[in-house]
Amino acid sequence: MAEFTLPANSIVKKGKVFTAAPDAVNVKTFLVYRYDPSTEMNPSVDSYQIDLDDCGPMILDALIKIKSEIDPGLAFRRSCREGICGSCAMNIDGANTLACTMAIEDVEGDVRVYPLPHQPVVKDLVSDLSNFYRQYEAVEPWMQTDSKPPQGRERLQSKEDREKLDGLYECIMCACCSTSGPSYWWNSDKYLGPAALLAAYRWIVDSRDEKTEERLSALDDPFKLYRCHTIMNCATVCPKGLNPAEAIADTKKMLVQRNL
Amino acid sequence: MSNNNHGGTGHFWIQRVTAVALIPLTLWFCFSLARMPSMNHEHLSAWLQSPLNATLMIIVVAVGLYHAKLGLQVIIEDYIADRGKRMLSILAVTLVCGLFAVLGVVSVLKISLGA
Repeated sequence: MAEFTLPANSIVKKGKVFTAAPDAVNVKTFLVYRYDPSTEMNPSVDSYQIDLDDCGPMILDALIKIKSEIDPGLAFRRSCREGICGSCAMNIDGANTLACTMAIEDVEGDVRVYPLPHQPVVKDLVSDLSNFYRQYEAVEPWMQTDSKPPQGRERLQSKEDREKLDGLYECIMCACCSTSGPSYWWNSDKYLGPAALLAAYRWIVDSRDEKTEERLSALDDPFKLYRCHTIMNCATVCPKGLNPAEAIADTKKMLVQRNL
Repeated sequence: MSNNNHGGTGHFWIQRVTAVALIPLTLWFCFSLARMPSMNHEHLSAWLQSPLNATLMIIVVAVGLYHAKLGLQVIIEDYIADRGKRMLSILAVTLVCGLFAVLGVVSVLKISLGA
């Protein structure tokens, strides 16, 4: 059954409190989820008061400040700090997004920072995305052809055909979309999720790919594709402004047209 | 539809077709009841004497319960992870919906034909 209550060792407790310097004026509190599976301790939410006059503008700046100056034990992923690597995806103020492109000033009140929902936690804000990556691999996100490419040249594509890939190829695989969906929470072992389905559709509509039929057949499954119930969380949270739900709907449409 | 239940596309498509069909059917059903002078057995029986009303009523019952079965199946698939329990639950829902569909159709026919 779907789990509606947390197991006893998953109940999140109140954690440590770190106060700001007494002379700090512009103070904001960050409530950060902490969990270390290597200990027997329950997860906790630590509270960090940050002086915003001495901090960069983004959530990631605050997390780096916490790690550098207050609590070096805090674990989170980050790399590019400009929304292209997808490493710092986490749940901020109740919605999945990238810590590096989310401004602190856009959050009213305390800033709640949690890992991506319903994924195993490696430590603190670091989720285990192995299943997510396996799903990406499962849709075979590379060009597949039977024909030989034109002698000594790459396969060409018309401007119109290339434009069909806009809004699909920009995905950075941050997992904000997939982990925002209730369908994915309950059935992530069987449902591919919006990120993998967006990648699948990106190759289905690529004019150069010659395995469209096979790709569609592979998705014609009550769980892999049809667990999507157009909840639209994926499109709402995508930090790149993409719409996986539309790609999924178009895939369903293609399957209906093919099967009718 | 070439690959029906196993693929998922058949289920998806029929769920939508029955949903669209239920829009005019439900409207007709509600308006018919609203236009009834009073909600007693006599008036309803008289209303079902009309072959058109009886036919549409049978379609409402059949399409409605088929749609309900498809929808409940989706909910079961969403929330029951254990394969055995899932299959049993879907079977139970299918049987109950089938039972009510047959019961509904027989009831309409019985009243309509006055048997």
